[in-house]
Amino acid sequence: MAEVTITEVVGAQAPTPAAGSPGRWRTFPYWRWVILLLAGAYFLIPLYAALRFAGVKAFPDIFKQSGFFSAIGLSLRLAVITTIFTLVLMVPTTVYVHLRLPQIRRLMEAITILPIVIPPIVLIIGVLKVAPKFLLGTPYLLALIYVILAMPFAYRSLDAGLRSFDLRTMVEASNSLGAGWPSTLWRVVLPNISTSILSATVLTVALVLGEFTMASLALYVTFPVWIVQFEQNSGPVSVAASLLALFVTWILLMLIVTIGGRSARRRGGSQVALFTVTRQDFSQTVGEPE
Amino acid sequence: MTTRAAASTEATGGVVRATGAGAGAPVALTGLSRHFGAVRALDGLSLEIAPGELVALLGPSGCGKTTALRILAGFEAADSGSVSVDGKDISRIPAARRDMGMVFQSYSLFPNMTALDNVGFGLRMRKQRGSERGRRAAELLDMVGLTDQAKKYPHQMSGGQQQRVALARALAIEPRVLLLDEPLSALDAKVRLQLREQIRALQQRLGTTTLFVTHDQEEALSMADRVGVMKDGKLEQVAEPSKLYDQPATAFVAEFVGTMNRIPGELQDSSDVSALGAVVPVHGETAAGLPVDVDVLVRPEGLEIVVQAGGNGIVTSKTFLGSVTRVSVLLSGDVSVKVDQPSTVAAGMAPGTSVQVSLPPVPVIVAERR
Repeated sequence: MAEVTITEVVGAQAPTPAAGSPGRWRTFPYWRWVILLLAGAYFLIPLYAALRFAGVKAFPDIFKQSGFFSAIGLSLRLAVITTIFTLVLMVPTTVYVHLRLPQIRRLMEAITILPIVIPPIVLIIGVLKVAPKFLLGTPYLLALIYVILAMPFAYRSLDAGLRSFDLRTMVEASNSLGAGWPSTLWRVVLPNISTSILSATVLTVALVLGEFTMASLALYVTFPVWIVQFEQNSGPVSVAASLLALFVTWILLMLIVTIGGRSARRRGGSQVALFTVTRQDFSQTVGEPE
Repeated sequence: MTTRAAASTEATGGVVRATGAGAGAPVALTGLSRHFGAVRALDGLSLEIAPGELVALLGPSGCGKTTALRILAGFEAADSGSVSVDGKDISRIPAARRDMGMVFQSYSLFPNMTALDNVGFGLRMRKQRGSERGRRAAELLDMVGLTDQAKKYPHQMSGGQQQRVALARALAIEPRVLLLDEPLSALDAKVRLQLREQIRALQQRLGTTTLFVTHDQEEALSMADRVGVMKDGKLEQVAEPSKLYDQPATAFVAEFVGTMNRIPGELQDSSDVSALGAVVPVHGETAAGLPVDVDVLVRPEGLEIVVQAGGNGIVTSKTFLGSVTRVSVLLSGDVSVKVDQPSTVAAGMAPGTSVQVSLPPVPVIVAERR
């Protein structure tokens, strides 16, 4: 949800007509505004309704509920573990594919989209059947599943970042100056995809904090699972908790837009491209578990 | 040469740091071959570069010149053949340990570092301490005349400035060999000319052995001690620029370097050819294996032309080049040739003028007729 909202805002800024131009009224984009307003209403009315239902007083109560802290604690722990696993796995893989196997980039895209195509229920039943016993019941099992779920987002972010500058030349320049692989990765590649890494991180965190199906079926009480369970006790508080979660995710996304924009201004345009590409990716994520 | 280098040194205002004399190492490429799928990029290329020499590899795109440079740099491996620097085979040494400074065709400065940090990067990789590194990097920036850009990021600099920083960065590590991969091709004409002179002056002052790859013959001829002309992965000829121009070894070299006219002729025997109504000697062995009908290759300055009613050609157009004017003449048989004349003489050859074009009795190159 939050992702989509940002898409709208970013998209709407670009085609604003120049003020005071002669044919202003004729070229005023009525339809664009109508669609924007309709879409805005579509997203905002449910939020407003939820807020009305929960009431402002419900928010402080969230923190007093039993199980809240253990649930959010588990979710945050999962977020951290998943993010680390994802980055350690995906950053070197993506860099390697870009440098050495550019011909399989399409294949990688197809593979990384699989977790979106395969229904979660199918995934989790398969995983539970084959998972080694020592992982069952530990947060690591769920984290490993989330690594797979986060793959489409992480891969796309990193891929866009690596495409935003001349990776091969940078790596060769670094090599010719005497830098080995670790130095090249650390001093040249990573700093130039920092926005992408940040973006991959936030998308992963957002996904982990919002995922319900897997956690519920594998009998973990994560934050979203807690919200659903708690709804039976107190509707308003559980709705308030969802709103809070949405708000936190939204803040996180705004944060990368701001930080990304700032580093782009400092170092030149290349990183801005990330958001162009990521924007397309966002639109594909509509309907993802939140 | 020396005076030119000295003059440019003053112009850059640089601190002269004579790592110079004898710093360059001899380079030998021996029998290099490289295939990419079915494409033969390099076909038994051998080339020796003397210490401190600047050799340019010149050729059309796809001739293998960049592959040769990348093999020397260590970014590609040859299928066969060897690369040696200073007499040692370095074929198996990774790029990072070859001590070669490289300037790339595309802008290659690290976007996340300032100009100063870019120049200092190689020194940092060599574990040089911060203060010493900063001093040395500043010195090199000064050498390319960019002291005032030290704190700028690459995107805040012009293309020419970026390539100068890249040059400083490559030279900072005091490389044994400097590799230039079409470093000027992305720049506009005026900047290209300035940078060309600056690179050559620095290279001569530091005495760095340099391999320069380009498809621009003017660049190659004006900068290099020797130029190697490449075609289909092979060296056609390696020679000093003037020799390449005056005594091309093959028809390809003759036509690739400078402007060349093709005039139909007939071989009398292996050492004489008739064309434009004259019989002239054939240069070297160029007639070997050719049929009787050939093309004679002559430079625009190698043809004689006089205004003559009922001559063998008609002036079609003129291009003013300063002291000389290039006159285009349509000969009978639908052959068009270009003839250089002093501009004062050419003034009398307006388009439409009937002229007589002839071959002076000096050896000419012959080639298969097209």
